[in-house]
Parts: sequence; C-alpha cells; structure tokens
Amino acid sequence: MPVTEPSLVELRQVSLAYGSGASRMLALEDATLSIAKGEFIAVVGPSGCGKSTLMKLVTGLLPPTGGEVRVHGQVVKGPIRGVGMAFQAPTLMPWRSTLDNILLPLEVVEPHKRRFRAHKAEYVARVEALLASVGLGGFGAKYPWQLSGGMQQRSSLCRALVHEPEILMLDEPFGALDAFTREELWSVMQKLWMERRFTAVLVTHDLREAVYLADTVYVMSRRPGKIVKIRKIELPRPRTLETTFQVEFVDIVHELRERIHMEHA
Amino acid sequence: MSETQKRLLLVAMPWLAMTGLLLLWEVACIVFDVPEILAPRPTRIIETMIQRWDILLRFCLETLWTTIIGFALAIGFGLLLGLAIGASPFVYSGLYPLLIAFNAIPKVAIVPILMIWVGVGALPAVITAFVISFFPIVVNVATGLATIEPEMRDVMRSLGASQWEILTKVGVPRAMPYLFASLKVAVTLAFIGSVLSETVGGNRGIGFLMLSAGARNDAPTTFAGLFSIAIMGIALYALCALVERRMTRWAFRAEIVG
Ligand SMILES: Nc1ncnc2c1ncn2[C@@H]1O[C@H](COP(=O)(O)OP(=O)(O)OP(=O)(O)O)[C@@H](O)[C@H]1O
Ligand SMILES: [Mg+2]
Repeated sequence: MPVTEPSLVELRQVSLAYGSGASRMLALEDATLSIAKGEFIAVVGPSGCGKSTLMKLVTGLLPPTGGEVRVHGQVVKGPIRGVGMAFQAPTLMPWRSTLDNILLPLEVVEPHKRRFRAHKAEYVARVEALLASVGLGGFGAKYPWQLSGGMQQRSSLCRALVHEPEILMLDEPFGALDAFTREELWSVMQKLWMERRFTAVLVTHDLREAVYLADTVYVMSRRPGKIVKIRKIELPRPRTLETTFQVEFVDIVHELRERIHMEHA
Repeated sequence: MSETQKRLLLVAMPWLAMTGLLLLWEVACIVFDVPEILAPRPTRIIETMIQRWDILLRFCLETLWTTIIGFALAIGFGLLLGLAIGASPFVYSGLYPLLIAFNAIPKVAIVPILMIWVGVGALPAVITAFVISFFPIVVNVATGLATIEPEMRDVMRSLGASQWEILTKVGVPRAMPYLFASLKVAVTLAFIGSVLSETVGGNRGIGFLMLSAGARNDAPTTFAGLFSIAIMGIALYALCALVERRMTRWAFRAEIVG
C-alpha cells in the first residue's frame, strides 16, 4: 500500500479507561494508527489487551478518554453510520428468520431504508445471493437456532456485509469455529474483499488468520494495550491454503509469534 | 410403556388427578357425614350446576366481561408503561418505587373507595381487575427490555439505528415472550380482582351470586359458583398459554412446521 493514499480511519494517541475513581482501569494506551481506504488490517495481541475496545473506539460506540479518532478526517463523536460489525458471538435475533436477520441493516441504513418497502424483492434476492456465496444457499427461511454455530457465524458475516459498508469490523468472527470451516471462511472473506475493497479491521487470536487476510498486522502489548509492532504483509493475492505453507508466510507468522511471546515473558 | 401410551397418560393426568380429588371429597363427605350447609358433596354441586345453569351462566358472563375488559386495559397500559420503564432509566427510577408501593396495597382495601367514587356495578369490578393484573405485566415487559444483550444494542448502534428503531426492532420483540408469560399470571389475577369487587359490594357477577346464595345458606349454589369461577379461570389461562405458544414460538425453540 503506497503511503500517499489518504487514510480513512486515523487514531491519534487514543487511550481509554473503564470505570472511574478507584476502579478506574486503563484498557488502551496511546494507540496511534491509520488505516487507508480499502486496506485490510488485523489486530493481534494477548487476551484482555484492549482489542475489542479498539474496535468500539473506531466505530464510535465508545468515546475515547484521551486522544482522538477521525474517520474521513472528521472527529468521531457518536456511532459512525453504516459500518458492518461481526462479533465473536453471532448475535442474531432469534425471532427473525436468517433471511430477515440479514435484511436488518437494509431496514435501518440509508439509502436502503427509504427504498426497502418498495424494493423488497430485490433486496431478498441480494441476501439470497450473499447466503449462497458463504455456502448457506437455501437456508434463509431457517431460524438462527435451527442452524449450527458455524452457520450462524456465516449468517452474522452476511449481516455485516449486506449493506456494502465502507468499513467492516470483525471481532474474532471465526474464533468459535473449527479449523476447516475457519479456513474456508478465510477464502470467502478474501474473495468478498477483493471484489468490493471495503476497509476492514479484523481482531483475532490466530496469527495465520491475520497473515492470510491482512495487508497490515498490528501487534498489541499486554494491558494496557499499546501497539508494539506494525508488520506489512506483501504476499501476493489471492492467498490460498497453499500460501500458508510457504516459507515467506511461515516466516512472518514466526516473527509475529516471537513478538507476542515477548509480551508473555 | 410405549411412547404413545406415555403421551396418552400425560394428556389424561390432569383429568385423573381432578377426578381423584373430587372422589376423595365425595367419600369424605359421606364417611364423616358432613352437613350440606358446611360442604356439599361434589355430585350435589354438579347437580346444582346443571339445574341452575341459566342463572350461573348469566352471572358468569357478567364476571367474564368485567374481567376481560379490566384485563385488556391492563395489557394496554401495562405494555406502554413497561416499555417506558424498560427503555428509560429516568422513568424507571421515577416510577418503579411508586409501582412497588402501589402493588403492596391490598386491593380489597381500595374497593370500598372505588365504590364511593364510581358507585356499584360493573365499573368498580373492571377497575379492580385492571389494577390487580397490571403490575406483573409492567414488571415483565420492563424486564424483557432491560435485559437486551449489549451486543445486540451495539449491532443496532453501529448501523446508525435511532433509539426508536432499537426499541421497535429489538426491544419490543425481545419483550414479547415476557409479556405473554405474564399474561397467564395476570389473567387469573384479573379474575380475583373482579370477583373480589363483586363480593365486597356489588349487585352483579358470580361473586354477588355466591354472596347472596351464602346469605340464604344455599351452600350448593355457592360452591357451584366457585366451580364456575375455577372453570373460567382455567379456560382463560389456557387461552393465554395458547396465544403465548403461537406468538413466541422462537422463545420455545419449537420446531416450526410448514
Ligand atoms: N465494559 C467494561 N467495563 C470495564 N472494564 C472493561 C469493559 N470491557 C472491557 N474491560 C476491560 O478492558 C480490558 C480490555 O478489554 P477488551 O475486551 O478490549 O479485551 P480484548 O483484547 O478484546 O480481549 P479478548 O482477546 O479476550 O477478547 C480488559 O482487561 C477488560 O477487563
Ligand atoms: Mg475481545
């Protein structure tokens, strides 16, 4: 990624403390990073270091206690509109069918919201195509609790993507899945990203996942989280499962792992 | 025991238990030679119910109406207030203590006051049914709203949803199973309310019928009234349970057929 590209998201010395008084606890310290438009970044680090917190700061769900977050050059004051989010848990609504769950963003986000009633059929077709692309074709009418955990997670990804958000936030979305499903979803994710070029932030525990998907990997320190390493990944795309066995790939994973081990020492 | 036998037995159990209870009662009355004016035998009560079905039905319908109107009002207001309390911490902290205090007042104490205000008749019964069944609905709806998963809220907020959209798209559906669960409790309470009002002072309804039969030492009719109330109570409970199952099948994770 050339540095000349304008950055879409910028964090300047952002810190965040939970609680106040005696129970005040610093979760994130001096985070400075910038994400270019269309860039895929991954954030890795030990558990509890503030990765989820970082996500909430970028999307404006949490106001920072220090520093500032800018999106499109504007200081973020409240939740920014039209981001897609997928969490570690699928958070689907049990009273809606899978199809209706994925239609939800279209009912809420402009300009779809305005057109929703009149163009429902078109949107349903869009959701069905998306479902098919993650291997869930024909499951739209099922309720989330009739799906397996992995299938729910895929549905949740569809919901994060359906309104074609400019920014996609993924908080360990593949964490609860088995290795096979996970690796399959990496390639689905990469394909979608190469087609649409949204800006993505992926939080993960899995270093191979980070290297497979990201353009840039940020390594965070133990709590209070600081960014201790930034690693550009210049492996050619599309990356495949074969890529993960190549020397270059494995070297990068090792390099990252060593940096994280230093945190545990 | 085979599966079908098990299922049949499950269906038959309530009827068996009821018959057993009535039989025990009957036998006890005969063995101990209980005078009819104290406790009539079940066969005698059922006989009275059959003989005087037209009067019973008329008075029952009066009670049924006041109960249903009071109950419907309780659902409407309870839902609104429950949503307000669950959605806004200010409304919650303002009204919740008041509600608790109000709920602690024995409703039998307010019936005479109601009679001073609105006179005798259907109105005090409707109001008593309303105030007594209102509380569980409010509490349940508010609980349903207040326990929305923060993640669900985050999903909505990150989409840029307004508070109103979060309420209608997450809050209300989330509160529905809680609402329907409370209806079963509330409908029986509504019955207690209207019969209470009829017995404390009234000129209509099954409660009044029982009161006047009691005054004439007509125990079989009093007990026939009691049985009628029980039957109506079960019927309305079953209706609410049915509505609950149909409206919130997702909450039971039931297989949805077709
Ligand atoms: N709502 C909250 N109130 C108080 N403290 C919190 C809250 N959320 C998180 N924390 C604390 O902030 C720190 C960072 O939490 P965060 O969820 O960002 O970690 P994480 O890096 O996402 O961890 P994991 O990898 O386990 O998901 C943790 O130590 C946690 O205890
Ligand atoms: Mg986390």
